[in-house]
Amino acid sequence: MAITRTDSKARAGLDAETLRLMYRHMLRSRLLDERLWVLNRQGRAPFWISGEGHEAVQVAFAMNLRPGHDWIAPYYRDLALTLVLGMTPKDHLLSVLQRAGDPNSGGRQMPAHYGCRRLNIISTGSPVGTQLLHAAGLALASRMRGEDAVTFTSIGEGGTSEGDFHEAINFAAIHKLAVIFVVENNGFAISVPWQKQMPTQDVADHAKGYGIPGVIVDGCDAIACYRVAREAVKRARRGDGPTLVEAKVLRLTSHSSDDDQRRYRSAEDLEAQKERDSLLRFKATLEELGVLHPGDAEEMRTVLLLELDRATDEAEAAPLPSPDTAMLNVYAERGA
Amino acid sequence: MAVKTYIEAIHDGIREEMQRDERVMILGEDVGKKGGVFGVTEGLQQEFGEWRVLDSPLAESMIVGVAIGAAMNGMLPIAEIQFQDFIMPAVDQIISEAAKMRYRSNGDWNVPMVVRSPFGGGVHGALYHSQSIEAIFAHVPGLRVVVPSTPYDAKGMIVAAIRDPDPVLYFEHKRAYRAIKGEVPEGEYTVPLDRAATVREGSDIAVFSYGMMVHTALEAVDRLAADGFSCEVTDLRSLRPIDREAVVASARKCGKVLIVQEANLAVSVASEVAAIIAEDCFDSLDAPVMRIGGPEIPAMPFSPPLEKFYLVTPDKVEAKLRELAAY
Repeated sequence: MAITRTDSKARAGLDAETLRLMYRHMLRSRLLDERLWVLNRQGRAPFWISGEGHEAVQVAFAMNLRPGHDWIAPYYRDLALTLVLGMTPKDHLLSVLQRAGDPNSGGRQMPAHYGCRRLNIISTGSPVGTQLLHAAGLALASRMRGEDAVTFTSIGEGGTSEGDFHEAINFAAIHKLAVIFVVENNGFAISVPWQKQMPTQDVADHAKGYGIPGVIVDGCDAIACYRVAREAVKRARRGDGPTLVEAKVLRLTSHSSDDDQRRYRSAEDLEAQKERDSLLRFKATLEELGVLHPGDAEEMRTVLLLELDRATDEAEAAPLPSPDTAMLNVYAERGA
Repeated sequence: MAVKTYIEAIHDGIREEMQRDERVMILGEDVGKKGGVFGVTEGLQQEFGEWRVLDSPLAESMIVGVAIGAAMNGMLPIAEIQFQDFIMPAVDQIISEAAKMRYRSNGDWNVPMVVRSPFGGGVHGALYHSQSIEAIFAHVPGLRVVVPSTPYDAKGMIVAAIRDPDPVLYFEHKRAYRAIKGEVPEGEYTVPLDRAATVREGSDIAVFSYGMMVHTALEAVDRLAADGFSCEVTDLRSLRPIDREAVVASARKCGKVLIVQEANLAVSVASEVAAIIAEDCFDSLDAPVMRIGGPEIPAMPFSPPLEKFYLVTPDKVEAKLRELAAY
């Protein structure tokens, strides 16, 4: 299957403002991600699981979705997605620092278990793949009420080995539900390479078996991601059913803060992928297109870092949950 | 008042709630045109259409996972698992997802879903159409687990389960479907999901049971009554939470206790009831707490002598009651 890519001159009809915003979203997620790693390495945060290398496709989809109207069943690498939809760096800092005010879970879940009621981002747990079935159910409800809401769900290529992956696409395809299944394929499920995860190189091949379109996109090519996202969202919104999108992305960091990928990936491999980093490539493209001028990116970075510093201070000053709240929200609180 | 079968009562409760509230929907294998393999949902697809009574693909994790998603987006789904024995692929969705949704989101999200499933043996269903595995779910905070034993409760509890804002597992004894009849009022009523019911007053032995075994216990109790022994029978109805107050009151009143269930005993509902009594009724007991249930073998075998060996019968309960009475 052909990989959707763009040459550097193709802007997919996007104006300079949109392209700049897209870059800013990617950079903002990357800077927050890096900050969370620093907090972990400083011993101030016990755990982090990163989305570095996945930003372009997440930003592209989030920019094409309607926050609070569409439904989102994400997975743990979707930091950039949640930020574009409207969550804030402080939201995630509160989670990483296990504070009571963490909007994902009130400090109950590990970081990167995303959820935000006001943005229709459903709460996600740790078992891999379960959220794809929730996505099918969310879309079923929208369909039954005749609403035009689109449901976005995502997973890594490792998760495609789970039965829920197939059960969800099968169900959504049978009923032509408005679900977009995005597989962020970074080639590794913790330490297991894709060759031991699946018999063919492309997850998108599965689409054929379910009678839906399968699209592969270079997940490091931000403009190509935007084009694919726009098309998949349009298709879902007009009632033509699900699309399976496979984004070939990079895992620029270890699986999590408790992993060291140097144990199972070669130094050459790790070095080579740095050159494919979507942030570097997109910046170069935008400079070439004249959308970013020399110094623009640096200025953006300075402003975003100020926001991050402030958010970090505020999150660190926020209270931890009180132990007597541990018994709350097991069941609905009952009236007399 | 009309006399109805247990299966009619469940059907009527679902149908009336679907008429009252268009958010209520059913999904599961064969629930549509066929009306379910036992007939619980008969006629409902014709009445409410193919979306609201949805014939699902043969994938249990999908049935429950999709129900969870639909529940989080404003629907009130009833997921049918054709036999409790086949719920295993959905256990991840039930225990890891539905049970924890409210807790893990700190109250932001909840799953108002019912999972209905027939359980129990004595119908020549062998290993995989006879099991009683409710204890697995009764262990899990975040779930409600109920087992009605009468048509009255079956209707009132299915309506209450549909309206409950948390996931409810509603287990139906398949032998009760047509064997158990009882009076069922017309129209709308609910039965609480967390209260036991005293189904026979007595003072010598407290008997605790649920599901079809309530009827087995009652038969045995009647035989003892002829000899002047008065047993009090409590139908637990809810296995999570167990109605601790009702258990303690009856155990204290009688001083002797027999717990009757169809499932094997190790780490089961009977274990929990016995533990509650050990904790709260120590000074009221006149005899050791006794339990009767299935043997510690993987599941119910097919051939009649083997199946009969597995089942708790009125004879077996009677023998145990006489042992307790003589203690």
